Amino acid sequence: MKKLSARRRHPLAAVVVLLFALAATGGLYAAFAPAGKAQADETAQSLAIEEGKKLYAVGCASCHGTGGQGSSDGPSLVGVGSAAVDFQVSTGRMPAQQPGAQVPKKPAIYSQEQIDQLAAYIASLGAGPITPTGKQYDPAGADIANGGVLFRNNCAQCHNFTGEGGALTNGKYAPNLEDVSPKHIYEAMLTGPQNMPSFPDSTMPEKQKKDIIAYLQNVNGEKSTSPGGLKLGGLGPVSEGLFGWIFGLGALIAVAVWVAAHTAKAKKS
Amino acid sequence: MSSQEIPEEKYLPSEQGDAHHGGVAVADDPFADPGLPVHKPRIQDIDERAARRSERTVAFLFTLSMLATIGFIASYVIFPVDKIVYIFPIGKVSALNFSLGMTLGTALFCIGAGAVHWARTLMSDVEVAAERHEIAAPPEVKAQVLQDFADGARESGIGRRPLIRNTMIGALAMLPLSAVVIMRDLGPLPEDKLRKTIWAKGKLLINDNTDEPLRPEDVLVGSLTFARPEGLDEHAHDFQTQIAKAALMIVRIQPDDIKDKQELAWSHDGIVAYSKICTHVGCPISLYEQQTHHVLCPCHQSTFDLSDGARVIFGPAGHALPQLRIGVNDEGFLEALGDFEEPVGPAFWERG
Repeated sequence: MKKLSARRRHPLAAVVVLLFALAATGGLYAAFAPAGKAQADETAQSLAIEEGKKLYAVGCASCHGTGGQGSSDGPSLVGVGSAAVDFQVSTGRMPAQQPGAQVPKKPAIYSQEQIDQLAAYIASLGAGPITPTGKQYDPAGADIANGGVLFRNNCAQCHNFTGEGGALTNGKYAPNLEDVSPKHIYEAMLTGPQNMPSFPDSTMPEKQKKDIIAYLQNVNGEKSTSPGGLKLGGLGPVSEGLFGWIFGLGALIAVAVWVAAHTAKAKKS
Repeated sequence: MSSQEIPEEKYLPSEQGDAHHGGVAVADDPFADPGLPVHKPRIQDIDERAARRSERTVAFLFTLSMLATIGFIASYVIFPVDKIVYIFPIGKVSALNFSLGMTLGTALFCIGAGAVHWARTLMSDVEVAAERHEIAAPPEVKAQVLQDFADGARESGIGRRPLIRNTMIGALAMLPLSAVVIMRDLGPLPEDKLRKTIWAKGKLLINDNTDEPLRPEDVLVGSLTFARPEGLDEHAHDFQTQIAKAALMIVRIQPDDIKDKQELAWSHDGIVAYSKICTHVGCPISLYEQQTHHVLCPCHQSTFDLSDGARVIFGPAGHALPQLRIGVNDEGFLEALGDFEEPVGPAFWERG
């Protein structure tokens, strides 16, 4: 203290005091004025909507209408929510290459930032399912067995028992779920893309969706195993039976023919 | 009476075959039996060293089979059930399954291959003709049999005593009736089980996922929900029998899009409840396309239009899916307003 009081008349003392005062004022302001941050968020949000609107006008409006009201070429996007936009655009399904029975998955053409802007704009048109956060779809710790029960009850009729996919009517199909990220599986269940029915939280709660994702990762993910080996696409007993009849019996017949065709005689006749 | 009377030489592989060896003058009779070709020896027949080699090959195959069987037992002991290994090009497989399959396959294959090799290289390969004997019996045998039959009929007196003959025929004809009567015990009659389910007025629709009763606001347009009747316990002894008939699929369609008037009247604000059992052969059917409102059956591709009274628009199904009349009770839960009006599932004889 003695040292400090000795220098209180130093020419730079006033400057130091001033600096301390400024820092304290700024710190206090930052601590007691969180409203400013919210303000900034809202601005970012409206900026995103503005940017999204521009992207929409260029990439989407020709089919979905200038205000998302839909046209003969594309459905209305009012109320589909940001989750639907995130699913459709980040799996590359939208923008669609051409009309047809079903729009296939392809590499995404927008960056995640642009997708978020588009989603913000579409969400501003009407309330709908919101893009899930990592916490919502992370399958860690979920009940895999229960997920299997739910998957077989709700999903397996179209996507097959382990999510290998299957055919529907008139060229439509349920896609293979092998390389689909947990976020996209969650969004698909929430929003029901194309002809897939939705499974909203009111009839299938968030926890059950996690269980289903955990089940899929267990049976049809990168780390999943195939204890029997050679699962032949995992399509079930029909393909396995066909394989047995054609290749199994075929090999037996081929061996029998080969044995009979090769003479054991010393002199070939 | 017996074949002893027939000259034995006829049945034996005759020496005639050898007579043909060496060829026949074809010019005289173009359809003459050429007989068996000349027997040619194998290398093992000529060369003792080659025969030894074959012997060693067969023994090697059998030994390999033994080793594979020991390997099978060893694999069974060594590998835990959940051990997973990567094997190119099959992928990540269970070590136990893979080793058991490979060793057992090798053991079986080596026995077969060894036996085939043994038979082809070492066992006698001289062709042997075993000619068939004549099918018809000689005339004396025929006469003897007919005589025996006539003697038997005469001695039993069946022709002279029609009372015995007729009562015997009656007794034999009646006997199978007891078997027919016993068939009644094969099971209870179906009664009206094919026509009724456990759905009844006031039963709540329970969500299969959450086990909670459904409210109308839970069911969104475009969603698909499966429901079962209230009070159906999963552990009840007849659960499978009941759910097989009562399973329900619930979708919500914009009321304007519903073309069938009865369907609209039986729905609640566009929420329609249909039987999940295909009317063709009873597969569970729920491949619902939310934009077209078509439901496809995975078994035989019967397709139903849920926006038009579940009419059959494709496939072998003969009837529309039965619709359950639903409403909302005082507490705001969806409830059934009765059982299905028509039998669920496949048609049956008396269905009409």
